[in-house]
Amino acid sequence: MTNNQLTDSGQLRHFLTIEGLKKPLLTEIMDRAEQFSSISNRQVKKVPLLRGKTIMNLFFENSTRTRTTFELAAKRLSADVMSLNISTSATTKGESLLDTLHNLEAMHTDLFVVRHNQSGAAEFIAQHVAPHVSVINAGDGCHAHPTQAMLDMFTIRRHKQHFPDLSVAIVGDILHSRVARSQIQALATLGVGEIRVIGPKTLLPTNCQSLGVHVYHDMENGLADVDVVIMLRLQHERMQGALLPSAREYFNSYGLTEDKLQRAKPDAIVMHPGPINRGIEIASSVADGPQSVILEQVTHGIAIRMAVMSMALGAQSEQHETHS
Amino acid sequence: MKLHISNGHIIDPASQLDSQQDLFISDGRIVAMGDHANDFTPDQTIDASGLIVCPGLVDLNARLKESGQEHTATIESETFAAVKGGITTLCIPPDTDPVIDTPAVIELIEDRAKKANRTMVLTMGALTQNLQGELLSEMLALKEAGCIGISNGLNPIKNTLIQRRAMEYAATLGLTLFINAADPWLQSQGCVHEGTVSTRLGLGGIPEAAETIAVARDILLIEQTGVRAHFHCLSTSRAVAMIAEAQKKGLPITADVSAHHLHLSEHDIGNYDGFSHVLPPLRSTRDREQLQQAVRDGVISAICSNHQPLDNDAKLGPFSETTPGISGLETLLPLTMKLVDDDELTLQQAIASLTCNPAEILGIDAGQLKVGGKADICIFSPNSHNECQPQQFISAGKNSPFAGWLFNSEVLLTFFNGRVVYQKQ
Repeated sequence: MTNNQLTDSGQLRHFLTIEGLKKPLLTEIMDRAEQFSSISNRQVKKVPLLRGKTIMNLFFENSTRTRTTFELAAKRLSADVMSLNISTSATTKGESLLDTLHNLEAMHTDLFVVRHNQSGAAEFIAQHVAPHVSVINAGDGCHAHPTQAMLDMFTIRRHKQHFPDLSVAIVGDILHSRVARSQIQALATLGVGEIRVIGPKTLLPTNCQSLGVHVYHDMENGLADVDVVIMLRLQHERMQGALLPSAREYFNSYGLTEDKLQRAKPDAIVMHPGPINRGIEIASSVADGPQSVILEQVTHGIAIRMAVMSMALGAQSEQHETHS
Repeated sequence: MKLHISNGHIIDPASQLDSQQDLFISDGRIVAMGDHANDFTPDQTIDASGLIVCPGLVDLNARLKESGQEHTATIESETFAAVKGGITTLCIPPDTDPVIDTPAVIELIEDRAKKANRTMVLTMGALTQNLQGELLSEMLALKEAGCIGISNGLNPIKNTLIQRRAMEYAATLGLTLFINAADPWLQSQGCVHEGTVSTRLGLGGIPEAAETIAVARDILLIEQTGVRAHFHCLSTSRAVAMIAEAQKKGLPITADVSAHHLHLSEHDIGNYDGFSHVLPPLRSTRDREQLQQAVRDGVISAICSNHQPLDNDAKLGPFSETTPGISGLETLLPLTMKLVDDDELTLQQAIASLTCNPAEILGIDAGQLKVGGKADICIFSPNSHNECQPQQFISAGKNSPFAGWLFNSEVLLTFFNGRVVYQKQ
């Protein structure tokens, strides 16, 4: 499969999925983010890196956190940024999705940040934008959420030394989770020793092992001696369609409590992409407890998004110069 | 008009003919085959040296979009595409708009088909009114109006009791029931085969069981009701195994497969290629191999186009929002012949699955070359080398995942009732 995320010289042009990207590139994203994260602690939280660039956040699906961190990241890089919430009902046909896109492109947008409820939407948009425009996937259906995965890797790297020594457990609704798919690919690319997923069969995709993970159906064994516990958000609508009987039973089986966390290593960290459902997938005492790094993840989200935006637009201008 | 087709390599699986012979045509019928015909002065002689001469193809499953979606395609446009593909008999499912559940719709389609006058267009009547799976259609009236079989199209009947009664009623009238087997609940969430690709891409999966459960149910009901039944477009190896078993027991069951399911698998979806979005979905490579095996074994006796012409917008969108379907009329023969080139099928098997076998399933006098029979004939070159270019299709639908494929077979001439209806320029 050709990787249309990269320029001819291997630079990041679009950021659509972790799949197909190499370890040095993921490391570069984290190293850049490391440089950017200090900016947020300054009095003047801005660098002029993307001055004069126009960034458009296209959110076809609601989001507060992701959209806000993308906006802040763009502003800290001195870009002009607009956020549009577009209800999907207005664009149920692909033609109008393309129409929307081409209209915004005509306003000389340099970068689209896209969230959409359909898997493959970011890929589709990237295939149809003009050659000088970049696309960053802020979540497409159940497929990918690569910036979330990278901020999670960044958070893990800050707390743990060496990826190959780690054992990481991802707990919950893997089937519907774009976050989990991207995390699994990122963890695998960075050489993590063991990746486990834990959940009931109704929330695990068919041939889950083909993603390169060990599958557990119980927390007792699944969490044993892991270094990192990643909890996933459980959408309320999963009770419909007979995926789960009740939130209470889910919490009893798969909710992360202090008791269950005892199974992990004593210095294990607890992560969650947010927003959290207290008492459904995680107990408040754990979410707010000493092992939780959930709020750090949010902070790191800005640095990671600054890194990815600057890399994509940097690669674009480089490519543009060499071609002109 | 008297025609003499000389020196062609005649393949007629019905009579197991496989030799170089001449064909003599007069008044729309084949009047002689062999070296010469007595008292025959041709108006035109066609030199078919190096070419294969076979019966015009019979396609069991092609949607022409008329009536109802004439903005997408018409009987005029699609019958032209059919003859470019060597097809002279087309069978259209009842899910037109309005549905083929009254004689009036059959008459309308037959009228348009007569106007186009290139191929035989046969209609399937609706099994239930408006295909809603609740009330039986007036099958006798449909039969008398000329429908060739009865089907509920892509709308599987959920209620097993109604399915049973519909089968019993169809059996009473001696109508063949054509079935697209799919469990509606298991299918509803998905757009691709449930497997490694759906897991990787985060797309809703259609499990194998969506087909096998429906086939199992229907086989049991066929056994009970005695209806003659045909399964369209099988996609899974396990469904094929069940059908083989039922055939062994002597049940009156036949089956077809689409040409694309014999070539593509779930992996061809690649990075969300909407052109590979079809129903039933492209399955695993193992399923594909078993489907090929089933054609060799004769469990699947026909290959169809499952033609579904779509406008460009239908494939422009995120994968699950694209409309399923492939424009298949013009690739049916080259794809089937590719299996001969790849030593998967013999030439006889390939041509039989496109001609006399589907004709036998329909119970019509077509799909063979015989003295006194209708002169529906396809002449194609087995050694032309051309690249598939969907933008050059005659069909109004350019939606094909086969762009760039190299084909060795190309139709040069198609005759319908002894008249040239397609000639390659």
